[in-house]
Amino acid sequence: MKIKIKKFYYGDIPGDEAGESIASPTITNDKAWPLWEIFIRSKQGLDHKHAGSLHAADAAMAIENARDVYTRRQEGISIWAVESKNIHASNPDDAESFYEPASDKIYRHPGFYQLPDEIKHM
Amino acid sequence: MAIHDLENAFQQKIDNEIKIEPKDWMPDAYRKTNTRQISQHAHSEIVGMLPEGNWITRAPSLKRKAILIAKVQDEAGHGLYLYSAAETLGSSREQMIDELHSGKAKYSSIFNYPTLTWADMGAIGWLVDGAAILNQVMLCRTSYGPYARANVRICKEESFHQRQGFESLLVLSKGTKEQKEMCQDAINRWWWPSLMMFGPKDSESTNSDQSIKWKIKRKTNDELRRQFVNMIAEQVKLLGMTLPDPDLKYNNQTGQYDFGEINWDEFWNVVKGNGPCNEQRLQARRKAHEEGAWVREAAVAYAEKKQSRQPNEKTDAA
Repeated sequence: MKIKIKKFYYGDIPGDEAGESIASPTITNDKAWPLWEIFIRSKQGLDHKHAGSLHAADAAMAIENARDVYTRRQEGISIWAVESKNIHASNPDDAESFYEPASDKIYRHPGFYQLPDEIKHM
Repeated sequence: MAIHDLENAFQQKIDNEIKIEPKDWMPDAYRKTNTRQISQHAHSEIVGMLPEGNWITRAPSLKRKAILIAKVQDEAGHGLYLYSAAETLGSSREQMIDELHSGKAKYSSIFNYPTLTWADMGAIGWLVDGAAILNQVMLCRTSYGPYARANVRICKEESFHQRQGFESLLVLSKGTKEQKEMCQDAINRWWWPSLMMFGPKDSESTNSDQSIKWKIKRKTNDELRRQFVNMIAEQVKLLGMTLPDPDLKYNNQTGQYDFGEINWDEFWNVVKGNGPCNEQRLQARRKAHEEGAWVREAAVAYAEKKQSRQPNEKTDAA
């Protein structure tokens, strides 16, 4: 694809180089802190929810950094930190076939069943 | 799938308001533009801490000092949300930081202006953050999922920034003669650079609106700028202050404010690196990075040592 964006939008200053060097392989620095995915439980009774990611040297630092980055306004009461390399994900390219088995099974939904009106709240 | 089929499928998703997520196929230019824009946004948050950090030790009261520290800490947080959003596109954190420090990557030019008085803290919150909010509210609906989510988080916090700024100016505007003058002077100095934040006029650029087609952007520079002028021109009345533009006038026909011409020579000059503080800002960032190197290294060494001692230590998920 030949599209090259040169238009100067608010917050997107074009340049021949600025931020465009990603074509080259990413520098991997051994001393760089690993990336962690952060999950936060906002209150008792709710699931931990993915909040974002951050870098930290170890798990304890990841949790402390997560507190500072993601809960400055009491957004959480519990934090999970998982090193990003340990997350296994489904492949979006396979999504169509991968989730296909569920697509023709409408009988799994309550609305599939026609019941007499006399039965309320079932 | 052939490349143009992939492109068509991609555009169709965008047209149907389906967000693009990190592992989805995307055109190279989409990846590059988002990387550039998100990293610039992140750099702006980080460099943006400097002009305000300048006043933390000299805030006029403990209350104002606590507020300013909280605000600067938020900017750091916003930078971190954005860096991690940019990383999902394949750039490493070190690479982005290197590009900032080498001067290769850009950041918002507004932070290359000096903060001369305490009133500048109020003017920055009201005007600069006010301008940033309009862009960020729009970006909550940008097509790239991680960037949209980062902006949702940012917008939740940004409103405090603008409100504290306006309130701080409101106090000055009711103060002594000197305080009133300081308030007006800060508005005078920050008004035009704030308008410049929105970028060149739409008519300046003959390039394609690819960012709009891809819904990275949903409003043009002029649309956002007009929104900003209409908002601020009303709010300034509550301060009993004026905006330094003799051509600023409410237009009964359009229902909007007309305003004067921006000094575009100054705009391009600052973008190109010749603003009052460009060099100073980068130097401060480089210094902080270099002087913090031992802390980063020590943390890695400590983590390695701890791991080698207790290989099986684990906390159960709560």
